[in-house]
Amino acid sequence: MSVATPQAITAGTWQIDTVHSHVGFAVKHMVVSTFRGRFEKYEGSLVADDGSGLKIAGSVDVDSLVVKDENLAGHLNSPDFFDSANFPQIKFASTDVSVGEDGSLEVEGELTIKDHTHRVTARGSITGPHVDIAGNDKLGIELEAVIDRRDYGLLWNAPLPKGGFALDNDVKLEVSLELVREA
Amino acid sequence: MRILGIAGSLRRDSHNARLLRGVGAVLPRDAELAVFEGLADIPPYNEDDEQSPPAAVAALKAAIEQADALLLATPEYNHSIPGVLKNAIDWASRPYDSNPLRGKPAAVVGASTGLFGAVWAQAELRKVLGATGARVVDRELPVGQVDEALDADGLPLEDDLRDALSATIDELLELASPSEVVA
Repeated sequence: MSVATPQAITAGTWQIDTVHSHVGFAVKHMVVSTFRGRFEKYEGSLVADDGSGLKIAGSVDVDSLVVKDENLAGHLNSPDFFDSANFPQIKFASTDVSVGEDGSLEVEGELTIKDHTHRVTARGSITGPHVDIAGNDKLGIELEAVIDRRDYGLLWNAPLPKGGFALDNDVKLEVSLELVREA
Repeated sequence: MRILGIAGSLRRDSHNARLLRGVGAVLPRDAELAVFEGLADIPPYNEDDEQSPPAAVAALKAAIEQADALLLATPEYNHSIPGVLKNAIDWASRPYDSNPLRGKPAAVVGASTGLFGAVWAQAELRKVLGATGARVVDRELPVGQVDEALDADGLPLEDDLRDALSATIDELLELASPSEVVA
């Protein structure tokens, strides 16, 4: 896949193709294991305006969280974690997007979870644009950022019987997006 | 060497019962595991009946008496031991002077569909077994997300987990070996 350059991303609005994208997170638990979850419902776009750079924004429906155990899903949706009944959406809006000549991507922006908004920096890559089989212009974006879940009011934890805590505080956000340019 | 296995769940397709079956695959040749099947028949503990316990309780006590070591596999209900399992241990521990648990080598493992593998229930079960006078292996084996952690025969899929299970069994058998038996 071709490497994107700032010049190659044509002006317009690029929407996330959710069928070919992934929005999830990874957190260490039991000191050594890693738990991953993902969201099924989200939307977002990249807006490229001539001269004013790129803007990336999106939102996630919290209760679309997918984990295999329904008791765990219930706990994650409870006030111990996301409190999805009162805070149904996670939101992100970029404040600065920079694309390197090598296709590297750095996105600074404001992430809002449970009404807590903090600045985050996500790093990754951008590829494309290329034209798919149906004639659509596509971009690919991979981004990761690490946040401290306590900053967003996701406070639950429990001491383990043999020391340490059940759940790490650092959570890696993992986003893999395919974007299609609006006609 | 005879190990008596007790699964703390009565559920037909119990993950913990499956985990006990998996133990059979890691046992050395001179050891065998028999699984106690009568947990559901044990009535609520009543001190009035201690001297002439119900048949199901007598069967449990005899099975413990005849075993060289115990291996308990517990699920976790509300961060603790299932009531049926605690009830059975309470019966087996009484009266104290003929308590078959006293001095009996015992190890605890546990599985759950959540992230934490019944780790708190295991800690409580070790505490309870210690109170009965059993000699308890100071190891835990939390099998989290058990749907994906065991094969159909109950054997852990990951090498680390399999090794940890073997280490628990080795320590239990060492504790039960003649040189370790308390006179």
